Amino acid sequence: MSQFFTLSVLTATLATAIKFAVPYLLASLGETIGQRSGVLNLGVDGIMLLGAFGAYYTVLETDSHLLGLAVGLIIGLLMGLLYAVVTVFLHAQQGISGIGIFLFGLGFSDLLFQELVGSVKPVKPLPTLDKLPGVGGIFEPLVDIDILGPLVFDHDLMTYTAFLLVPVVTWLLNKTTFGMNVRAVGENPQAADSLGVSVARTRFIAIMFGCVLAGLAGATLALQLAVFQHNLTNGIGFIAVALVYFGAWQPRWVMAGALLYGLVTATRLRWQSLDIIPQGASDIAAMTPAIITILALVLLASRARGPAALTKPFTRH
Amino acid sequence: MRVTRLLKLMAVLFAISLTAAACGGDDDSASVTTSECGSDLGVEKGDSVTDLSVALVAPSAADDVAFTQSMVDSLTRLGIEPQITDGTFVVEEAAAAIRGYAEDGVNIVIAHGTQYGGSLAEIAPDFPETSFIWGTATDTQGLANVFAYHPEADQGGYVNGYIAAGLAGDIGVVGPVEAGDAVAYVEGFAKGAQANGASAPSIVYTGSFSDVALATTTAQAHADNGVGALTGTSQSAVGAVTVATANDLPWFGTQSNTEAWSTDLTVASQVYHWDVVLKDMIEQIEGGTLGGEAMSLTLENGGLVMEFNGCYDLDSDIRDAAEGVIEDIIAGEISTK
Amino acid sequence: MKRLVGASVPLLAALVAFLFGAIMILALGENPLSGLAAMFDGAFGTGDRIAATAVRAVPLLLVGAGITIAFRANVINIGGEGQIIAGALLSTVVALTIPDTPKIILLPLVILGGLIGGAIWGAIPGVLKAYASVNEILSTIMLNIVAVQLMNYLLRGPMIDPIEVDGSRIPQTERLTDNAALPTLIEGTRLHLGVPIAILAAIIVYIILWRTPLGFRLRAVGHNPDAARAAGISVERNIVKALAMSGALSGLAGVTLVFGSESLRMVTDGGSAGFTGSAGFNGIVAALFGALHPLWTIPSSFLFGALLTGATELQRELQIPNALAISLNGLIVLFVVSSDKVREWLARRLDSSTGQPINEPPSADSPPDQVATTSSGNDPETVA
Repeated sequence: MSQFFTLSVLTATLATAIKFAVPYLLASLGETIGQRSGVLNLGVDGIMLLGAFGAYYTVLETDSHLLGLAVGLIIGLLMGLLYAVVTVFLHAQQGISGIGIFLFGLGFSDLLFQELVGSVKPVKPLPTLDKLPGVGGIFEPLVDIDILGPLVFDHDLMTYTAFLLVPVVTWLLNKTTFGMNVRAVGENPQAADSLGVSVARTRFIAIMFGCVLAGLAGATLALQLAVFQHNLTNGIGFIAVALVYFGAWQPRWVMAGALLYGLVTATRLRWQSLDIIPQGASDIAAMTPAIITILALVLLASRARGPAALTKPFTRH
Repeated sequence: MRVTRLLKLMAVLFAISLTAAACGGDDDSASVTTSECGSDLGVEKGDSVTDLSVALVAPSAADDVAFTQSMVDSLTRLGIEPQITDGTFVVEEAAAAIRGYAEDGVNIVIAHGTQYGGSLAEIAPDFPETSFIWGTATDTQGLANVFAYHPEADQGGYVNGYIAAGLAGDIGVVGPVEAGDAVAYVEGFAKGAQANGASAPSIVYTGSFSDVALATTTAQAHADNGVGALTGTSQSAVGAVTVATANDLPWFGTQSNTEAWSTDLTVASQVYHWDVVLKDMIEQIEGGTLGGEAMSLTLENGGLVMEFNGCYDLDSDIRDAAEGVIEDIIAGEISTK
Repeated sequence: MKRLVGASVPLLAALVAFLFGAIMILALGENPLSGLAAMFDGAFGTGDRIAATAVRAVPLLLVGAGITIAFRANVINIGGEGQIIAGALLSTVVALTIPDTPKIILLPLVILGGLIGGAIWGAIPGVLKAYASVNEILSTIMLNIVAVQLMNYLLRGPMIDPIEVDGSRIPQTERLTDNAALPTLIEGTRLHLGVPIAILAAIIVYIILWRTPLGFRLRAVGHNPDAARAAGISVERNIVKALAMSGALSGLAGVTLVFGSESLRMVTDGGSAGFTGSAGFNGIVAALFGALHPLWTIPSSFLFGALLTGATELQRELQIPNALAISLNGLIVLFVVSSDKVREWLARRLDSSTGQPINEPPSADSPPDQVATTSSGNDPETVA
C-alpha cells in the first residue's frame, strides 16, 4: 500500500483517471442534453462503437486523426438522425429503441471490422500536447513540471475539448434560447407547445447534439486506445447514461461522476499492478464501479428530480 | 471469400517465419531464427502434405498475430488451405461449427481452443470416421479419434524473461486469463527474468483473452509504474504493444511473431510451429490412426521457435547468453517450470 | 381486417430488416439468395439442426416471456444477462453440492435454484425502483456488470474444476453430474427437456397474466399506477414481483444454458456474451417481435433461434461474420417499435374507410403501456 501513496504514483494515477474519464464525459454530456429535452437514449454504447470503428478505420487508412474524429462525428450525426426519427416522429418506446440502436451498433461495427480489418492492428494514438506535430516543442517543458505537468499538460486535445464542453453545455442549457426551449420541452411539452415552441424540432436538435457527442466519444476512445475490436466500449455508453442520473442532469456534476469513474478504474488497475489487490480478488474489484453507481443512484434518486417529460413522446392534442 | 482474402493478406502482410527460417538456416537447431530487418512478413505456402480435407474452428480472428494465426500459419506451411470458422468465442457456437464440419464429411476438424474440449467429448464419439485435433490440451480425454496438442510455453517464456532481465530490472507482464499456455508462458517468463537478476516481474491478468482496451490500460499502469520492458500474451496483447510503442519500451512476444505489431520494439517472439506435430498427426491419420495421442511443442522438437527481430539492435552478449540458455533448456539442464 | 394489419406490420418490419441484410450480403460480394439458402439449411436443414434451432430458442423464449411480464407491469428489464448468469450460478452450485442425489430429485432442485437465483437478481432492481426510486433500466444494467464479475470470480476461484487448479486453469466448473442434465428427448438430436419447459413456462406466464388475480394486479399497476393504488393495489410490491418473476424466467434460461449444453459445465471467457450468447438482449427482441405477448413469443423465439443458428452456418459456408445477425436484430427492434405509429395510421385509414369508430391513441403519459396497447391488435385479450 505504501508504494501507492508516493507523490509520483498518486499524480500518475490522477492523470490516468482524467484520461479515462474523457469518453464517459463526452458521451454523458451529450446524453444530458438529450435527456433535458425529454428523450432517453440508451443506444449511446452502440453509437460509440460505430463512431469508434469509423474513426479507427479512417486513421488506419489515412493516418489522419482529425479525419478520424470527423468521421466519428458524422457517424454520430447519422445515428442521431435515425434515433430522432424513430423517437420523435414515430414515437417509439425510448428504452427499447435504444437497445435496438445498441444491438445494431454492436453487430454492425463488428461486422465492418471483421470484413474490412480482420484482426486488431494498432494505429497511432492521439498525440499528447508535447507530441503535437509542429507545436509540441512549446509544451515539452510544461509537461516536465512536477505534479502540474502530468495532471494538466500531458493530455491529448480531445481531453481538453471534453472538459471545455462542460461550461459550454452549461451555458447552452441555461443561457441560450435553445437551452430554454430544451428545458421547456423536457419539463412540460404541452405548455412549451402552446407557447409556440416546436417540441419536435427542439428534441430533434437535442438528440443530434447528444448523438454527435456519443460518436465523438467513441472516436476518442478508439484513438486513445489506438485500436478497435469487437465491443470495444464494453458498456461505457451504458455507464455514461447512468452518469447523467448520477449527476442530476447538471453538466458539472456529470463531470464529477465521470472523473470519479475514471479514478476508481485507474486506482484499481494501479493497485493490481502494484500487487495491492491480490490476483484472485481482481474480479471483485472490477465490480466496484457498478456497485458505487447503484449506491449513488440510491442516495441521489430521492433528492434529484429529472426532466418531468423524460421518456414521454409528445402528441399534440 | 473470407479465406481467400485472408490468404492474400497473409501472403502480403505477414511474413516472418519462412523468411526467418531461411536466414537462420545455418543454425544447427531450428529453435532460433533471426528475421531480416525490413523483409516482407509472410508465411510461404508449402507443398501440400495431404489430400484430406481440413477445417479449423478457432476463438479469435485468423490473423490475430497470436493464438489463431499461429495455427493458420502452420497449416499454410503444410500447404493446407482449411475451411475456417474463426472468432467463435461462444463455446456453443464453436460446437455447432465443429459438428457442422463433421456432418459435412470433412476429414480433419481442428478445434483450436482448450475451452472446446467439453463439447468435443460429446461430438467426437458421434463421428468415429472423422479425426479431431484439439488443443491446447495435454490429453485426449480417452477419445480414440482425437489428437491433442499443447506448447511447453514456459520454455520460450523463460528465454524471453532471461533476455528482458538483461535490458531492464523492472518488467511488466500483461496476462489474459490465468489459464492454459498463457499461465505457462508468464510463469516461465518470471522464472527466466529472476534467473538473470531481475526482480519478480509485476504480473496482472486482465481476465480476458480478447479485451484489448483492458490490456492497454493495464500496460499503461505498468508503464506509469516505471517498468523497463513489457510482455504479454493472447490476441489482446496488441493493446499492451501500443503502450510499449508510446513509451519506447522493449516488447517480448509469444504465440505468433509480434513484429507485425511493432517492428521497432519487438525484441524476440516465441512462435508456435504447430506444423511439427500436425505433420506427424496427419501421417498417422492417413495410416488409419485417427487419434489417441497428445503431442507437445518444445524448443527441442522445433515446435517452439525463438524468432529474434533483426530490426531490434540487441546487445550481442545478451543474445549469446540467450542462445546458451536455449541450448541448456534443450539439454534439460535448465528447468523452466 | 384490423387484426390482419396488426399482425402484418411487425412482419413487414422484419422484411425490411432482412432486405437490409440481403444488401449487406450483396455488399460483401455474396449472393443473398445463397446466403438465405445457407441460413435456411443451417436452421432447418436436418432434424438435428431443427433441434439445434429449438434449443437455441429456449433461452430467448424464457427471457422473452419474462420481459412480457415486466412490460405489462410497466417496468423495463434490461437485466436479462445478469439474471441468466445468477440463475446459472445458483443452479450450478446446487448440482455441485449434492451431485449424488437421484435425478428425479436433483433436476427439480437445480431448476428451482435457477429460478431463485434469477429471481433474486431481478428483485434487487425491483426493490430499488419501488422503494428508492432508482431507475430500473440503470440498475439492471449495473447488475449485469456485477453478475459477470461475480461469475468470473467464482469460476476462477471457489467453483473452478479441481483438475484445472494445477492444470491449465481454465475458468470453468468440473463436468456436472449427469443426474442434473436436462434429458435428451429424441435420441441422436440435441432436443432436450428445456424446449417443452420453456414452452410450458410461456403458457404459464400467459395464464398468470390473464387468468389470475396476481396478473390482473400486475397489469393494473402497469396500466395506471394511480388508479391501481386507489383500488388498493400495492404498486411497490407488484413492481418487485414483476421484476422477480421476470428475473426467475431468465434464471431458468441460465439453467438450460448449463444443463442443456453438450459440455455440461459452466465456463466463462471473461464477458457475459461468452456465456449467455447475448440471450438477455435477444430475448427482448423476441418478446417485442412477439408483440409482448407470451404466446406469440413462442413462434417469435423460434424464428430468432433460427436466425442465430442460420447465422452460424452463414459464417461457416460463406464466411460472413455472424455479427450480421446481431445488427439485424437491432434493426428489427427499431422497426418494430417504430411501427406502432405506422400501424395506428393504417388502422385509422381502414377504420375511416369502413366507418367504424376508432380507438383513442395511447396516452402519452404511460410509455411502456404504449407498446403494450399496440399489441392489442393480435392479442387474445387486451390489457385490463
